[in-house]
Amino acid sequence: MTELKLPAGLAALAGGEEAAAERLHAALARAAAQDGLLDVAYRIVDSPVGPLLLAATDAGLVRVAFAREGHDTVLEQLSAAVSPRVLREPGRLDGAARELDEYFEGRRHTFGLPLDLRLAGGFRREVLAHLPEIGYGHTASYAAVAALTSSPRAVRAVGTACARNPLPLVVPCHRVVRSDGSQGAYLGGTEAKAWLLALESSAASA
Amino acid sequence: MAGGSVPAVLPPFEAVVSAHGAMVLRVCRALVGPSDADDVWQETFLAALRAYPASSGVRNREAWLVTIARNKAVDHHRRAARIPVPDGAPGLGGEGADARGRGGRLPGGDGAGGGAPGGGDAVVRAVEAGETAAGVWAALARLPRMQREAVVYHHLAGLRHAEVAELLGNSEAAARRASADGMKSLRALLLPGGRVVRSGRDD
Repeated sequence: MTELKLPAGLAALAGGEEAAAERLHAALARAAAQDGLLDVAYRIVDSPVGPLLLAATDAGLVRVAFAREGHDTVLEQLSAAVSPRVLREPGRLDGAARELDEYFEGRRHTFGLPLDLRLAGGFRREVLAHLPEIGYGHTASYAAVAALTSSPRAVRAVGTACARNPLPLVVPCHRVVRSDGSQGAYLGGTEAKAWLLALESSAASA
Repeated sequence: MAGGSVPAVLPPFEAVVSAHGAMVLRVCRALVGPSDADDVWQETFLAALRAYPASSGVRNREAWLVTIARNKAVDHHRRAARIPVPDGAPGLGGEGADARGRGGRLPGGDGAGGGAPGGGDAVVRAVEAGETAAGVWAALARLPRMQREAVVYHHLAGLRHAEVAELLGNSEAAARRASADGMKSLRALLLPGGRVVRSGRDD
């Protein structure tokens, strides 16, 4: 917003709107949800792998995004792909935030959240459906995941599906590694992938 | 509102609220008074959210929001006053067919003016600033409707005179004149330091 330069006489009216608008925003998001006008609710939570954007539709959690993906960019993508009726409404993401907290503390090994997989279609969606079969604390190679699918030779496509997973962490693409045992790339960054695999291997053996 | 030839990709509505929320609040405060502004702000953004997916042709988001806010302010006055508001505002292409009436009467405010923001701690300054603002809202409410709206839309909402003219249903020159006259009247109503002069006109 280009800040207005108020003329003398009106200058006293500037200031205070930002704080009030923040308070009004919360009421607006609640009213929008009540009126069925909130198609995408989101919030940003802190985590050991950096700030995470969580977004949900009526159907369930639709997006988890790392900071390096650019949260503003992700919101624009959601606006284009799902609906422009996007508002920050933390309450709708309470369940997801809680389950992720428990996961990061090593207390949760599987997620029970309703998921909306509309952002992944076709083969990508088929790959994502198989990822929860890799158990907590375990890893599988891209080739091994491909072997579970209808296209067992589509190893590269498995890599693409993981790289574009709209629900990282919850759909565990971080458990897919290279055939030579190295960890491979991750949309949250290689450090985050190493951290998650270390968390899971220590929590699984605890 | 369809209109643009190339359908633009709409930013997330959240971005609209954070970019324009403060501006719309100023406009609402000016149109219905500070105490009812919150309700009208919420009605404005709910209506905007409802219409938003079909509004990719809107080129001036500020003018679009001000149009909706103005309609909601009219609705508010109609409800509050329970008196018929004469029809006659031009079609503004805002959010539909409702609320095309003229802005009704505005609350007079209590006219409580404070001193100019001065020394003291942050709280004292905030209170003083609030009192001064209340004085200006009260002074704004005393302006003739056309002048008041021209000042609000141009100076508080940042619309160009041509856009104000579209809202008011007059010419750009008339809107510019109304805004200038409004500012002159407003300054006359305010003593140096922001204290409101009781004109006695409507006491």
